[in-house]
Amino acid sequence: MLGGAGPELVTEEVKTGTTIIAVEFNGGVVLGSDSRVSAGDAVVNRVMNKLSPLHDRIYCALSGSAADAQTMAEVVNHQLDVHSIEIGEDPLVCSAATLVKNISYKYKEELMAHLIVAGWDRKDGGQVFATLNGLLTRLPFAIGGSGSFYVYGFVDAEYRKGMSRDECQQFVLNTLSLAMTRDGSSGGVAFLVTIDQHSTEEKIILPKHLPKFFNQ
Amino acid sequence: MERRCTGSEVKGVSTGTTILAAIYDGGVVIGSDSRASIGGEYVSSKTINKVIQVHDRIFCCMSGSLADAQAVTKAAKFQLSFHSVQMERPPLVIAAATIMKELCYKNKEDLQAGFITAGWDHRHGPQVYVVSLGGMLVSQPVTIGGSGSTYIYGYVDAKYKPNMSREECLQFATNALALAMGRDNVSGGVAHLAVISETGVEHVVVPGNKLPRFNHE
Repeated sequence: MLGGAGPELVTEEVKTGTTIIAVEFNGGVVLGSDSRVSAGDAVVNRVMNKLSPLHDRIYCALSGSAADAQTMAEVVNHQLDVHSIEIGEDPLVCSAATLVKNISYKYKEELMAHLIVAGWDRKDGGQVFATLNGLLTRLPFAIGGSGSFYVYGFVDAEYRKGMSRDECQQFVLNTLSLAMTRDGSSGGVAFLVTIDQHSTEEKIILPKHLPKFFNQ
Repeated sequence: MERRCTGSEVKGVSTGTTILAAIYDGGVVIGSDSRASIGGEYVSSKTINKVIQVHDRIFCCMSGSLADAQAVTKAAKFQLSFHSVQMERPPLVIAAATIMKELCYKNKEDLQAGFITAGWDHRHGPQVYVVSLGGMLVSQPVTIGGSGSTYIYGYVDAKYKPNMSREECLQFATNALALAMGRDNVSGGVAHLAVISETGVEHVVVPGNKLPRFNHE
């Protein structure tokens, strides 16, 4: 909890520390997250990977309550395995997103988690879905978590349609770096996952290799 | 990622505003949006000017409760003109900022307003000072404030460079205000900007339909 005397703050929502982002490019998606898990003022895990696989070419980015988000991801992972055996081929990204949305919506009072689902499938290529509070919407890119508020302006200004894979990775790293500097609940290392038709590549970027800006 | 109360993640106790000031090579740009709202539901004024001139080359931007801010700037304007008569020369920017700070600090229980003071003086050239809610005074090359400022921290960190030209700085400030107004529902209207340098002051007003547009889905 925020300690000390201070102005009375209106609590609308409980936000927990994270910055997550997913961007679509022609042929795949890039997902990124920070690695800090905080309980109040303490950092309980400084190297948590918040990018969780749902299937070979479908990942989700976790934000909100760590327990709720992880459980949702595990449940959907299982449901997707069953589904993909039933249909005999790899599942669609929108199927994965729909399964996440179903849980989010049905248990919206009890759960406090937002998962961004992103991946590649044969039908529509790279796709990013946001599932906040039980809505399901496909977007060119999505950001989430407490750190995302500080970078809304930056992503609005910098996102361009038709970026290449490398430009998307750089865009994700820049966004994460800026958010992690300003948000006390985001930090640590940056995790990056790039998914395309051929492979799923996971990378860890240490703080010293993150892009630096004016006041750093 | 345990549950934690962060309060209203955007506003704190600011009521709808985006204000900023930035130093460029030879001067300073100070700007704000123009919306005054009641409780985030009703826009009471679409064209209020939150950039107040307190002396020839010194401007203030107010955030927080507009009533408190207007009262403080009026008092500061008076004290500053008196001070400048006593000193027999134009006041320093830090004098203006200190007057605001004294008022904010001494009355911290009753006031809910924060200020950005920016200007040019003969001794230190262009300067920007921030007086925050409790009365802290800090000097920075670039600063943003108000509820809308949360959304542009990333943009300002990424895009501000020291020693920009006047045109670059004006474009930077306009872009930042436009981005904040696009995301904050209690900031909006037109962008009021003042460009202050040794040679004088220029007021720039950018109406809503001339603001830069960014990819908004």
